[in-house]
Amino acid sequence: MNGVHDMGGMDGFGPVVREQNEPVFHADWEGRVYAIAAAAMRAAQINIDEFRHAIERIAPARYLASSYYERWLAAVETLLVERGVVTREEILAKQDGAIDPALIANAVSTQGPAPVKDKPEKKPPRAGYPKGARVRARNLNPSGHTRLPRYVRGKAGVIARDWGVFVFPDTNAHHAGTKPQHCYSVAFDARELWGKSSKANGRERVYLDLWEDYLEPIAPKSKPKAAKRTTAHHTGRY
Amino acid sequence: MSGDHHNTDDSGPAARVKALEAILTEKGLIDPAAIDAIVDTYETRVGPRNGARVVAKAWTDPEYRKRLLANATSAVAELGFAGPEGDHLVAVENTDRIHNLVVCTLCSCYPWPVLGLPPVWYKSFAYRSRAVSDPRGVLKNFGLELAPEVEVRVWDSSAEIRYLVIPQRPKGTEGMSEDALAGIVTRDSMVGVAKIAAPTSRRGDSPRAHA
Repeated sequence: MNGVHDMGGMDGFGPVVREQNEPVFHADWEGRVYAIAAAAMRAAQINIDEFRHAIERIAPARYLASSYYERWLAAVETLLVERGVVTREEILAKQDGAIDPALIANAVSTQGPAPVKDKPEKKPPRAGYPKGARVRARNLNPSGHTRLPRYVRGKAGVIARDWGVFVFPDTNAHHAGTKPQHCYSVAFDARELWGKSSKANGRERVYLDLWEDYLEPIAPKSKPKAAKRTTAHHTGRY
Repeated sequence: MSGDHHNTDDSGPAARVKALEAILTEKGLIDPAAIDAIVDTYETRVGPRNGARVVAKAWTDPEYRKRLLANATSAVAELGFAGPEGDHLVAVENTDRIHNLVVCTLCSCYPWPVLGLPPVWYKSFAYRSRAVSDPRGVLKNFGLELAPEVEVRVWDSSAEIRYLVIPQRPKGTEGMSEDALAGIVTRDSMVGVAKIAAPTSRRGDSPRAHA
């Protein structure tokens, strides 16, 4: 989904501020929710992709107003309620009216839960791209979960490494199959991503780990000698 | 706005977490003792000291360095470090010509077994948004100005691969033991936002304070 979580390349968040002598957790509840999330995911068989997607489904304004562990809390509540593991009423009853019920309602996304339909896998995955192959990140805009950031869609890069076969997050997050496939390290020149007028000086590369289904081949450029004589329009370039 | 504020009062997330823990415990889905153990693990045992030991060994043992660059997951496991977010570790090495920087623009993926849980700045919207579009500018926020001819490689952790930067060993550390070297390797240097200063005796300027 084209959510606010997909932040690569956005402006306006200011300088990066580093906290001195930072504790691991800034409050007890942060550590508790971190551990509860880990334990609850195991107990309720929530996979990492649907957990990430539950965070992405937090309404944009709330996402931006929440800290990291507040987003984790919202995701755990969302998934456990959607799974039927707990009910909203149970959570509220336990809180003795300590918080506004609307808070939980607002923490949960406007987008409904994913349909649950696990499919068996059939085809063994094959690697479509060798190291050094030129590829383009597809211009995909799925309404569900994806790990293909907006800033790389439609951009050309080069396969740097093949990491092997991984579960495909776009389907796994929605229990629509694990669709295992190769995941590659793909190198993109910063000027390809941000334009030649950007701050990039030609010595910056951004590497993303992208699944087979996110990529399409770029046909090797045909050699000038192979070009037909009839393509005379090239002469009018200048 | 920056998403790095901290709600420490009892009325908001603290009350919700308490309620959730109580319900899940009543239902037998979680065990509070197990929750205590997880919190304790990340507060006291899993942290950048682990990564520092990996780096120090790579600096002093060329064969280990080779194994680490070839397969960081197994090389890190040799030192006893493994766990969630550590199944697919990759080490990238800084040199005079190449500087590596790690980010996760979509969430805040981080190599937990070697660095622990990520600091607030790594999870901040400022870092997530700009590390890929203006890495040299972000590094300046950390006081690190790279020469223009140094190639910057930004690793956006968009899949399950987790990156550990092997920082450059500072000059003047030739006589130091592996243990002593582990003491000067900082968390920030292993994410790629800092270099490691040569150890000095100046008070308050120890790189260790940054770990």
